[in-house]
Amino acid sequence: MPAVLPEALIVATLVTAALLVGPLVRARRPGGFLFSLFGLIELGLLVLLVWGIVLVAGTERDVDVATFVGYLVGTVAVLPLAVLWARNETSRWGDAVLIVALLVIPVLIVRLNQIWDAAHA
Amino acid sequence: MPDDLATATRSGPGRMLVAVYAIFALAATARSAVQIATRFEQAPLAYVLSAFAALVYVLATVCLAKGSAVSRRIAYAACTIEFLGVLIVGALSLLRPEWFPDATVWSVFGRGYLFIPVVLPLIGLYWLRRTAR
Repeated sequence: MPAVLPEALIVATLVTAALLVGPLVRARRPGGFLFSLFGLIELGLLVLLVWGIVLVAGTERDVDVATFVGYLVGTVAVLPLAVLWARNETSRWGDAVLIVALLVIPVLIVRLNQIWDAAHA
Repeated sequence: MPDDLATATRSGPGRMLVAVYAIFALAATARSAVQIATRFEQAPLAYVLSAFAALVYVLATVCLAKGSAVSRRIAYAACTIEFLGVLIVGALSLLRPEWFPDATVWSVFGRGYLFIPVVLPLIGLYWLRRTAR
């Protein structure tokens, strides 16, 4: 999957995870700015989902389609679920949940790339 | 006071514990569903064990999140089975690699997942013990 979007999303999730260390240390909930970053990341992940499905539908490569689409769906699902789960948490562990989710997304994107690269034309 | 017990189980560190369990539940369920649906005959034992691991993770996630007296008991059992599973499957995957043509979540003590599978059940059991009373 040679393209800018997956790499940009990896950088964005890692940077956002790093920015959450501030609220984590001060035991505060993330502010509006961080939530708008979540929104942007989620938007990018949705574009990645659609783009990935189009890509895998039109390729000559022998891609493991079920696994590939599974990872795409996983990347889209993680952050909203984490926000919901962290919503009622008043302690710093709510921020920890969000950081974990933001660190899982780049791992999933790297795995997506590996699945794509493992398939031969 | 069952409500307090439930809140204690899923709040604070418990909030993150459930989140990590949920990630493993999702990952293991999706993985084993794809494996069993698309290529079961290639590594039946590994894929059945993957499905079993997925079931244990789902059970532990739901029961830790619910946190009632009964569901905590089920979570205890799930974490114990999970730990034994990681140890047994981890050892077998090293001693009898020919039984596992494809990897499970628990192969080589969860090496493919940063060894989190071998630590997670211990943290789960510790957390259940700490929030008991």
